[in-house]
Amino acid sequence: MIASERDTADNVIEICGVTRQFGTKRALNHISLAVPRGIVFGLVGANGAGKTTLIKHVLGLLKAQSGSVRVFGLDPVKEPVKVLSRIGYLSEEGDLPGWMRVDELMRYMRAFYPTWDEAYAQDLRRQFNLDPAAKVKTLSKGQKARAGLIVALAYRPELLLLDEPSSGLDPIVRRDILGAIVRTIADEGRTVLFSSHLLDEVERISDRVAMLKEGRILFTGELDEIKQTHHRLTLRFDDERQQAPRIDGVLSWEGRGCEWTAVASGRLDALTIAASALGAEVIEQKALSLDEIFIAQVGRPLAPAEEV
Amino acid sequence: MQLHISSHDGVPIYLQIVNQVKYLVASGRLEPGHELPPIRTLAEQLLVNPNTVARAYRELELAGIVTKRRTAGTYVSETASPLARRERLKIVTERIDALLAEARQMSIDSDELMELIQERDELMTENRARRSNHDRE
Repeated sequence: MIASERDTADNVIEICGVTRQFGTKRALNHISLAVPRGIVFGLVGANGAGKTTLIKHVLGLLKAQSGSVRVFGLDPVKEPVKVLSRIGYLSEEGDLPGWMRVDELMRYMRAFYPTWDEAYAQDLRRQFNLDPAAKVKTLSKGQKARAGLIVALAYRPELLLLDEPSSGLDPIVRRDILGAIVRTIADEGRTVLFSSHLLDEVERISDRVAMLKEGRILFTGELDEIKQTHHRLTLRFDDERQQAPRIDGVLSWEGRGCEWTAVASGRLDALTIAASALGAEVIEQKALSLDEIFIAQVGRPLAPAEEV
Repeated sequence: MQLHISSHDGVPIYLQIVNQVKYLVASGRLEPGHELPPIRTLAEQLLVNPNTVARAYRELELAGIVTKRRTAGTYVSETASPLARRERLKIVTERIDALLAEARQMSIDSDELMELIQERDELMTENRARRSNHDRE
């Protein structure tokens, strides 16, 4: 079943018109977002776009200044225990108690979560090759991330929240993290929300993505749909042009003379018709990676009409 | 079943899986009756979303390439062979289109191109004959 067919009432996360101001900086600007159960939702955006602030609202670590946040239908600020006991969370910093040994950390976390699955936890520890007697602070960055992953997964949370989990990690640890996401989602009914600026990872595992820029959602949708509505087109004109042509939906132009390449969003047939209306022939057409779409979408200045 | 997913080439991942399975069936590397890995296993192996693998399997089933059996499990269809030729032709047609487009841009007309193909084919046949002679010696 694809996500758009789901009952909208079955949203694990519902964010409605949330705005957050830090001093003079508006970190979130009227954000509305719904994450249905059973999908992987990827949050992408440049540094400072508001991804971490948004995730902190889901965790109830920040209270919405306006608008509302509901997780499992509950307000995470008012009912932190009920909400947090069902969320597994891993952040870039990892903030684990460094003075604990790995086995102590696992025992400690187990005490908090009635659903802790000790066999699964030990499985992961062996698979990740973590020494139970090692102090957390002596672990490498990659091993710390693995320890963080164990304590985020071992109680089999309904919602896994990952904030830049792969940042600064080597490819093997990143593989472990991706594997954990895949296994989590393969368990019926579990949901993953993760932020990343590694767009090839996002593209591999997300059902839906939202692209943030300066505290606003540039666009959000099914990944397949986003990919189907973005194209790179190369046009050939009969005469040389001094300036880039104007076509609705084109995000960026490159080229000179008779050949111009556009990155565009919109339906392919509409773009082709617009091109031929200008007397151009589409000589090449290619699908784009999420990375290329991101650069085209985020790189362009926000239109004045989009300012709130 | 070895598949390779690239998140850089723009083709949606479910379509990459569909195309590669079709190709493996068309080339005979996946035989009728062969069982495809379970969705979860393939998702973990390729590190892609299980929903994506499920979608690819659905498309393959709709295209008649694979069949779901009641006892669970997805198998390459017994009837996949007549379709395989169509798929083979489709794959080659795509390559020919790309070749034609490129030739046209370099102002090489189709007669010239046909001659070139003929030449290359003869060369390839010759080489193959020489190699098999060499093997026999």
